Amino acid sequence: MIWLKRNLPKIVISPSCALLVWFVYGFILWTLYISFTKSKILPNYKFWGIDQYFRLWSMDRWHVSVSNLFIYTSLFLILCILIGIVLAILLDQKIRAEGFLRTIYLYPMALSFIVTGTAWKWILNPTLGIEKFFIDIGFENFTFDWLITPGMSIYTIVIAGVWQSSGFIMAIFLAGLRSVDDEIIKAAKIDGAGVVSIYTKIILPMMRPVFMSAVVILVHLAIKSYDLVIALTSGGPGTSSDMPAVFMTQFAFHRSEIGLASSSAIMMFLTVTAIVIPYLYSELKREDGKK
Amino acid sequence: MKKILIAIYIFLIPSFVSAAPTAEVLHWWTSGGEAKALQVLKDDFAKQGGVWKDMPVAGGGGDAAMQTLKARIVANDAPAAAQIKGPTIQEYDEEGVVSPYNINEVAQKEGWDKLLSSQVANHMKCEDGKSYCAAPVNIHRIDWFWANKKVLDDNGIKMPTSWAEFNAAADKLQAKGIIPLAHGSQPWQDATVFEAVALGVGGNDFYKKAFVDLDLNTLGGSTMVKVFDQMRKLKSYTDQGSPGRDWNVATGMVMEGKAAFQIMGDWAKGEFAAAGMEPGKDYLCSPTPSNSGYLYNVDSFIFYKNAGKDKVEGQKLLASLMMGKNFQKVFNIYKGSIPARLDVSMADFDMCAKKSNSDLKTAGSKGGLLPSFAHGMALRLAQKGAIQDVVTEHFNSNMSSQDAAKKVAAAVKASL
Repeated sequence: MIWLKRNLPKIVISPSCALLVWFVYGFILWTLYISFTKSKILPNYKFWGIDQYFRLWSMDRWHVSVSNLFIYTSLFLILCILIGIVLAILLDQKIRAEGFLRTIYLYPMALSFIVTGTAWKWILNPTLGIEKFFIDIGFENFTFDWLITPGMSIYTIVIAGVWQSSGFIMAIFLAGLRSVDDEIIKAAKIDGAGVVSIYTKIILPMMRPVFMSAVVILVHLAIKSYDLVIALTSGGPGTSSDMPAVFMTQFAFHRSEIGLASSSAIMMFLTVTAIVIPYLYSELKREDGKK
Repeated sequence: MKKILIAIYIFLIPSFVSAAPTAEVLHWWTSGGEAKALQVLKDDFAKQGGVWKDMPVAGGGGDAAMQTLKARIVANDAPAAAQIKGPTIQEYDEEGVVSPYNINEVAQKEGWDKLLSSQVANHMKCEDGKSYCAAPVNIHRIDWFWANKKVLDDNGIKMPTSWAEFNAAADKLQAKGIIPLAHGSQPWQDATVFEAVALGVGGNDFYKKAFVDLDLNTLGGSTMVKVFDQMRKLKSYTDQGSPGRDWNVATGMVMEGKAAFQIMGDWAKGEFAAAGMEPGKDYLCSPTPSNSGYLYNVDSFIFYKNAGKDKVEGQKLLASLMMGKNFQKVFNIYKGSIPARLDVSMADFDMCAKKSNSDLKTAGSKGGLLPSFAHGMALRLAQKGAIQDVVTEHFNSNMSSQDAAKKVAAAVKASL
């Protein structure tokens, strides 16, 4: 009985742990293996070597996807965090109707990326949306055709993504701001610190863990982003706003190139690992150090 | 405990009692005319005592469908039939998931070799052309011009019989503020237009060498440059809103008279019909200019390896009904295509379908009957995709025709 009591948590956790190990880590290994095979329409288990990776990196479309990923991820990350912090700080000024405003900013999060993408597709479409609006009210030379301009279309995805996610980041930061002890702020005020320096020198540095959650959430959202791209541009015009996740789905399910698609999936996985793990490591180490 | 047992019984009983022919069918004909068309087959199947398990997939693309399908095949639980066409049929066969070709017996008994043109029949055969493993349901023609009759009449334009004529007509329309070409610049639509241009500008032999035989010199050659030149011209005839537009929205622009022409397969007819418009009166159909060329897309169902008597019987019954005269006729009237079976009377079809049927025979005798590359009839998906990428990239950027032709050849080479 005592044994049971002591081990109950482990027993309860173990099934979900086993499922996770199998369905997440097991399939990562499976994908890794498949990327070394010549799999076409169905998985094929005969070892072939690393040729799929050579093929992958020789494809223009993959290079477009990768550079789009870096553009999107960096802009999405920076803009979301900036806008999120500014909104959170403004909302933190003990204003009236804060709950109402907070909900307004948070609400885009309740939409799926498909809805966001479709709505922005109409807004940004030059013959339907903003451009037409400005032309109709008299600005005849107004152009805003990023959506249909190769090379610019990726930025429309940034706009839609930031619109959707910055409210959520605001909520995270707002929660962080609220958890800062009032006494500290009062002490700073007594010492003569202004509002700006209270925020930049005291409060924001105290919110490192919040930054960490925000970065991890945003980076993985960005790298996995698939539905937003599909709904907004479908990777177009041409393949100019392709992202690795779109590339992978295309090749796995429309092109019967499962081997190649697996190698692209592994590249995505390595990218996430390369960005997130060092960051997590440095942040967590710092926390350990504090103790 | 008792309750659980009862629940288990309820789940298990149906699988014991169903000895009737059973067929689970994966398809993406879920909307409008297509759904109605398929209902005909379901009814026929039920009348013969079969149990139809529908596995519909909404959305033409069928991402989710392909994922489910592949997962089930890998798990050795393939559906009886799935809407798979073109060389993908043989690609599945090479993976060993189609043999032992349950429907071949039916096909031999009913003499499909005589009922189908040899070209269509070859698409349906596995095991190096020895056994039937798929059943065709229709023939779509891809290289069509659809035009608003009123717009053309008002501007004194006839249906073009050469690309030069089309360009002249388009310039004239554009000067009057009418969009000459309604187009949705999605990769598959770009490829659809591209293959019609390739057939017309390059000719039948060029098309065959490039998109059937994958001859790299032809793919990167000077004729291909000319094809891309014409594509660049067509781009200038589309409007700003074209990127990402769905094909039926583009058809709507022709119906409203905002645009004059659209290049699209004959499923576009369904949109006109739904709006109550009639061919010859409200809208016009004619093949895009070419030398008696005809690009076909044959929709078909592949029959996977299935075990168990009820399932095998279900597959046989389904195959037989799909090739049945009644289904081929009714289905294709709804769908806008023409029957794959040669001996179906065309009397009840509209003028576009009749034209398609008679052109099919002419094209066959002149070597112009060619599989559509954009719709996955000519090439395997990897090569098709490789070409399509370049076509859509060229169409949506400032890439020169020379570069595009070079890139097509390089992309195909890399995908082989």
